[in-house]
Amino acid sequence: MADTASQTETVTINVDGKPMPAKPGEMVIAAAERGGVYIPRFCYHPRLRPVGMCRMCLVEVKGPRGFALAPACFIPVADGQEVITASDKVKKAQDGVLEFLLVNHPLDCPVCDKGGECPLQDQTLAYGPGETRFVEEKRHWAKPIALSDLVSLDRERCIQCDRCTRFADEVAGDPLIEFKGRGDHIEVATFPDQPFASYFSGNTVQICPVGALLSKPYRFKARPWDLEQVESTCTMCSVGCRIAVQSSGPELTRYIGLDSDPVNHGWLCDKGRYSYSYVNSPERLSRPLVRKNDELVEASWGEALEAAARGLEGARSVHGAASLAVLGGARLANEDAYVWAKLAKGVLGTDNVDAQLGDGLPADVVLGLPRATIDDACSAPAVILLAPDLKEELPVLYLRLRAAALEAGVPFVELTPRRTGMSRHCKASLTYRPGEAAALARALVEGSPTEVAGVPAGSIAAAAELLRVEGAVVVLGRPSLAEPAESVTAAAAILAAGLPGCRFLPALRRANVMGALDMGLAPGVLPGRVALDAGREWFAEAWGGVPEGRGLDATGILAATAEGRIQGLVLLGADPLSDHPDRHLARAALSAAGFVVAVDTFLTASSGQADVVLPAAAFAERPGTTTNLEGRITRLGQKIVPPGVAWPDWMIAAELAFHLEADLGVESIEDIWSEVERLAPSHRGISPSLLADRRHRDGVVAPLAADVPSDLAPPPEAATASGAGATTAAVPAGVDPMSTPGVDAVETQGLPATDVAQAGTAPSGGIDPGVEGDEAAEAAQAPLSTPPPTLAWPADQAQPPLPPLDGYSLRLVTGRTLYDSGTLAQRTPALAPLAPAPTLRANPYDLERLGRGQGGQVRVRSNRGTFLAEAVPDNGVPRGSVWLPFDSGAGEVSAGEVIEAGVPVTDLRVETP
Amino acid sequence: MRLNAENVQRAKELISLYPVPRSALIPILHVAQEQNGWLTPEAISHVAELLDLTPAEVYGTASFYDMFFTEPVGRHLVSICTNIACLLNGGYELLDHAERKLGIKAGTTTEDGEFTLEEVECLALCGAAPCLTVNWRFFGPVTRERFDKLVGYLRDGELAHQVPPHGTLCRVRRSVGLPATESEGEA
Amino acid sequence: MPLTDAKPIVTRRVAIPDSWTLKSYLENGGYVGLRKALTMEPEAITQEVLTSNLLGRGGAGFEAGKKWSMLRKAQPVYLVVNGDESEPATFKDHMLLETDPHQIIEGVLICAYAVGAAQAFIYVRGEFALGLERMTEALNEAYGHGAVGRNIFGSGFSVDVVIHPGAGAYICGEETALIESLEGKRGFPRIKPPFFPAAIGLYGAPTVVNNVETMSNLPWIVENGGAAFAALGIGRSTGTRIFSLSGHVNRPGNYEVEMAKVTFRDLIEDAQLGGGIRNGNQLKAFIPGGVSAPWFSPDQVDMALDQDAVGKAGSMLGSGSVVVMDETTCAVRAVWRITRFFHRESCGQCTPCREGSGWLEKIMRRIEQGAGRDEDLELLLDVCDNIAPGLGWPPQQTTICVLGPSIPSSIKSGVNMFRDEFLTHVKEGACPYG
Ligand SMILES: Cc1cc2nc3c(=O)[nH]c(=O)nc-3n(C[C@H](O)[C@H](O)[C@H](O)COP(=O)(O)O)c2cc1C
Ligand code: SF4
Ligand code: FES
Repeated sequence: MADTASQTETVTINVDGKPMPAKPGEMVIAAAERGGVYIPRFCYHPRLRPVGMCRMCLVEVKGPRGFALAPACFIPVADGQEVITASDKVKKAQDGVLEFLLVNHPLDCPVCDKGGECPLQDQTLAYGPGETRFVEEKRHWAKPIALSDLVSLDRERCIQCDRCTRFADEVAGDPLIEFKGRGDHIEVATFPDQPFASYFSGNTVQICPVGALLSKPYRFKARPWDLEQVESTCTMCSVGCRIAVQSSGPELTRYIGLDSDPVNHGWLCDKGRYSYSYVNSPERLSRPLVRKNDELVEASWGEALEAAARGLEGARSVHGAASLAVLGGARLANEDAYVWAKLAKGVLGTDNVDAQLGDGLPADVVLGLPRATIDDACSAPAVILLAPDLKEELPVLYLRLRAAALEAGVPFVELTPRRTGMSRHCKASLTYRPGEAAALARALVEGSPTEVAGVPAGSIAAAAELLRVEGAVVVLGRPSLAEPAESVTAAAAILAAGLPGCRFLPALRRANVMGALDMGLAPGVLPGRVALDAGREWFAEAWGGVPEGRGLDATGILAATAEGRIQGLVLLGADPLSDHPDRHLARAALSAAGFVVAVDTFLTASSGQADVVLPAAAFAERPGTTTNLEGRITRLGQKIVPPGVAWPDWMIAAELAFHLEADLGVESIEDIWSEVERLAPSHRGISPSLLADRRHRDGVVAPLAADVPSDLAPPPEAATASGAGATTAAVPAGVDPMSTPGVDAVETQGLPATDVAQAGTAPSGGIDPGVEGDEAAEAAQAPLSTPPPTLAWPADQAQPPLPPLDGYSLRLVTGRTLYDSGTLAQRTPALAPLAPAPTLRANPYDLERLGRGQGGQVRVRSNRGTFLAEAVPDNGVPRGSVWLPFDSGAGEVSAGEVIEAGVPVTDLRVETP
Repeated sequence: MRLNAENVQRAKELISLYPVPRSALIPILHVAQEQNGWLTPEAISHVAELLDLTPAEVYGTASFYDMFFTEPVGRHLVSICTNIACLLNGGYELLDHAERKLGIKAGTTTEDGEFTLEEVECLALCGAAPCLTVNWRFFGPVTRERFDKLVGYLRDGELAHQVPPHGTLCRVRRSVGLPATESEGEA
Repeated sequence: MPLTDAKPIVTRRVAIPDSWTLKSYLENGGYVGLRKALTMEPEAITQEVLTSNLLGRGGAGFEAGKKWSMLRKAQPVYLVVNGDESEPATFKDHMLLETDPHQIIEGVLICAYAVGAAQAFIYVRGEFALGLERMTEALNEAYGHGAVGRNIFGSGFSVDVVIHPGAGAYICGEETALIESLEGKRGFPRIKPPFFPAAIGLYGAPTVVNNVETMSNLPWIVENGGAAFAALGIGRSTGTRIFSLSGHVNRPGNYEVEMAKVTFRDLIEDAQLGGGIRNGNQLKAFIPGGVSAPWFSPDQVDMALDQDAVGKAGSMLGSGSVVVMDETTCAVRAVWRITRFFHRESCGQCTPCREGSGWLEKIMRRIEQGAGRDEDLELLLDVCDNIAPGLGWPPQQTTICVLGPSIPSSIKSGVNMFRDEFLTHVKEGACPYG
């Protein structure tokens, strides 16, 4: 946000006799750095409020009484300001500070994780005094103490820079670590027995300028000098935080948050930060498996692909193309998603394709919405939250929005069935009765004299007042998976119609769900946000055919499979048994399915039941691109090779096609992307070379905005100065060189052939992917008719009618928690134990009525049966509602066990056993 | 021990005196220390609740100040000044004597929990050096003889009227200008 | 008052029985100044204070009236009174808080009226239990008397006063740390600029911070006029001032004398003041204004208690506390103890002060205990130089507040004035004074 101001006006300061442009309001240290003069520092971090404590950045600044020492991190620039950074006086002051810092520092660099990438070490070598003049006993503390399950602290190394404590308070909003004591007894401490349990704790390790804060999972794992790194995008959720993926030998060792101004500002959530270890998991699938007399046994690619092809062919020949379905794909890269869409719709000929698993929103709604970016939301006149608990599902989006509310004062209005992590930052948080979001939305835009959906008229009026603006942004997702998508889309339609110029930021959680939808992995759509019918001709030309009619969505596919109407099912990294809201339906489907092919990285509850299992390459094992919730396309870097003979998903599709006597005509990531750019209307102009341009390090949002520089000429000054469109030459707005060691050395991936060679070497199956796909190649050359129109906002949706709430039942609310029993989280040793025990949460008032005011065991009855659960009183759950965790693994204390697909609300009887 | 109902009421009154609630933190911590003689973890958590802070914030802030104790202290906190004026007038000799007399080192507490001895910075009674305070009540100049007498009186509770138990700072309560605090009196 | 015929101002009631009660205060001219002030225009009061040239009594010695006129024009304005008195050897505010609380409150109300304060806070050092009780009692009485709160003395002017206890941290006497502490936080001083209280103070609002003794002068000044106050003293050092005299004198205590007309010698030797050095000993050195101030040697003892004269001579009147050291004093031990004080009281924000204070204490400790090395004296001075570059006066600083650069004051004085004594400690490995 600061950047936009800078475009308008700049001042000039004079550093060591050199004039430099500076943005009003910024500090001397930042302006000087951009101008090429690096002033040493420890406590200063560009994304934190300055404190001027460490005193390392002392320089001479000219004031009314001549030049005087002042902290460059705390002196705002002023036009004509004179600064000296190189005088003897400055040198002595800085040397002095360094010497003071070392007075009580253990100097145990050889056994310190930070050794080799430590600013204190580096600056000591660069500026420091040679020998030590300190002959006394140093300060001693017990060696590393645990601050949390993930972070430990070595107090002897701490230099009291206040970075971690400021981060915890200002950025994360979890002031659970604090300075304790005074003077040289200051230590960073938690309240006894209250750990630093923040979803963002790992960032403190990254910004610690010494080796005081340590990542437990990383401790002693590697030394910086044998780390290699590549720039990439975290794919643990759809925020798409930029990271440097670091590896040592064949293993991933660490992720470092990179500062992407439009996205993550350098921060990561702990789930993303520590997820690298699932990639290294020994449980990864490394060879194809084929079911032989009810046993999954290893097979060659050729064998497995043949088996898969014959199984799908068989189903199709008997029951037709409509008896085939492809479920999943939201964890794939864009290129994979495209090739799979082409295989499913172009070759298998079925539109029963859905990347979402009944826990998202209809593709044509999502793709048709007028869209907003994260920055749009953070600078909107008002933001409406109609979404799940963002702190739990999209943590770094939560950080950005929290900052917008607290620092920029953006007014937030929340429509939610229960209290969320954002509630306390909202000007209005309206808790509606489960299933009644649309009614509340209508009351907001039309006004209401009476209480609606359990929300008092007064609160509605107050919130409506905040929404009397042009261009509000709606963050749209599923507030509770116990309410069907229809009730959310109904509410969204009402808001879209009722709020002038409002735009939407989809809050769908799975990493590349937006990319999968863009690439056509959903019923009724084709790549490039095109409706099936609208795009039929255009894609028929290129693909040699598309399905006649609109297919089924995930729930429809499972129902049809359960009823035997679908015989051949492909699971694309999908685990419906744990991800679909209706577990009974998923179980019925998988046991009834005639033939199941699973493409996966692990054997999950679902893929374990498949007839053929094909091992896929995982994150960092293949290059490509991914698309975040904004529609921002960024590149995925490859750092290591897949285990065994696992392939990238796109290649599996291409090879499977050959076994179906078809040729998808793709040989490399670059081929695929060029085809996407050529065929997908929403992706026009987003060429590989555009994505490779350093100015687009932060990625580009599809469809391409008119003003995005696409030529490869050197960027204009403005672009260099601002955080967006940063180049290696300039320092991006928030980059803290100290917490991203050697990041300018990060190799940024173009999409060169070598990557493909590495990740996609001719498979051992013996089939040569190099065979030219003639027709496709010709199609590529052939002149195409004009591209089809992209989807537009669909017509108003009717909300499903609700059954009356009887006095004895509680209405179900559910959602995910950050640490759940998801496949990847559970395969990450550091995170697995953090998943909370599944409990039932209800308002103390309701539990009081059961004589369970302090909590305790209760019996839960639903149409789906009965189970016992541990009840916990929770004021965040309104009276009359009850909360169950959504994904709690195989456990029966799960919303998935009681939700019936399509039923508008789920009422439960909660009783004392 | 959490704050009792009366002290919760006092805390609410204190909060009402300031434009920003957190300003009442130190005064409320004194109230908590008056109730228990030191800042118990329960009290710290309770104060955090009352001010919508985290216990870590309260704990961290309290730990900056010498008068707050997060471990139990003796009923009588004997604080002997050894800063410049007292140094020049036998402050250290008095401290040595006190250690011998009470049989403990500065910074520790007697077995019976009667006395905690500490060496402190200038108490602003330099005109009567060497001086000391007992639970923040001033005595000086203090000769060895007078120290021994003082200890005797304290043991026998003869100074109770003058020296309340440790933690009690101000025995006079503000009784004026308090907005009628709506007492939704919960303990 | 001795030596000059000026009458005491702020201490004029301290000897009266029950001087701290409203009854006694009213019998002795209490709240007359406030009643008069309420009939004047606020600006007129500020003008009187400017005329009086009342210098701040807390340590910095800045003109009170000037400080008030420098307030950023914004609402609300807050008044914060500094009663945290913790500068070693300073014990005047302690006395005023216990013996004449109403005078402080009256001064606070006059100031609050003059600057249009929305609320006034009197920050009283936590250890002053009796002071807190007397102040609170006085506040209760003053409310009852109609002197505080709504519509004071029917003038239509209203202001609330809060007595705020500290909790034991010297640094909270520094005005910006005091504000942080008053906001319920750690006493970490703020960086000036931009955080000058007059611009961005309590809760970010323009704030006046004045010392307790400074406030105590206001009733008299309003009653008798600024000119009457300015008529006392010489030059910029106007009026009378309390000096806290301690150390090796026969009659240590607080003495209010006319500024600039009385010398250090008078203060130390006059029969009604210090009464001379104990046992007729010789003067070895004295500290003119609290332990943050560089020391003076016997040949400077005839200097007047004049803020500017003392400043020119390379030290300060500071908090008005004079520490007398006679010939039996071990300079090394005295310097060590003062350094230890700063080490214990550094808030810990700034690297040079946090680490330097401890390092310097350790070196001083070594020398004092006979384990010093020849190079230690130069090391001491160079480490000091890294906290207060140039070791000049007033000091430059590599730190946020001036506690840091105050550490070198006594070390430099000791090493320069008593180098031989330091060297003896090093050479003999022992203290010549035993
Ligand atoms: C380390 C340090 C300690 C201080 N301690 C006190 C103090 O105890 N009392 C006080 O009135 N001023 C103290 N001051 C001075 C205050 O910062 C401030 O200048 C003063 O309170 C302003 O009031 P005055 O102008 O009336 O003197 C201290 C300053 C520093 C740097
Ligand atoms: S100089 Fe010392 S006391 Fe002052 S702010 Fe810095 S560390 Fe704190
Ligand atoms: S004081 Fe400026 S970087 Fe620490």
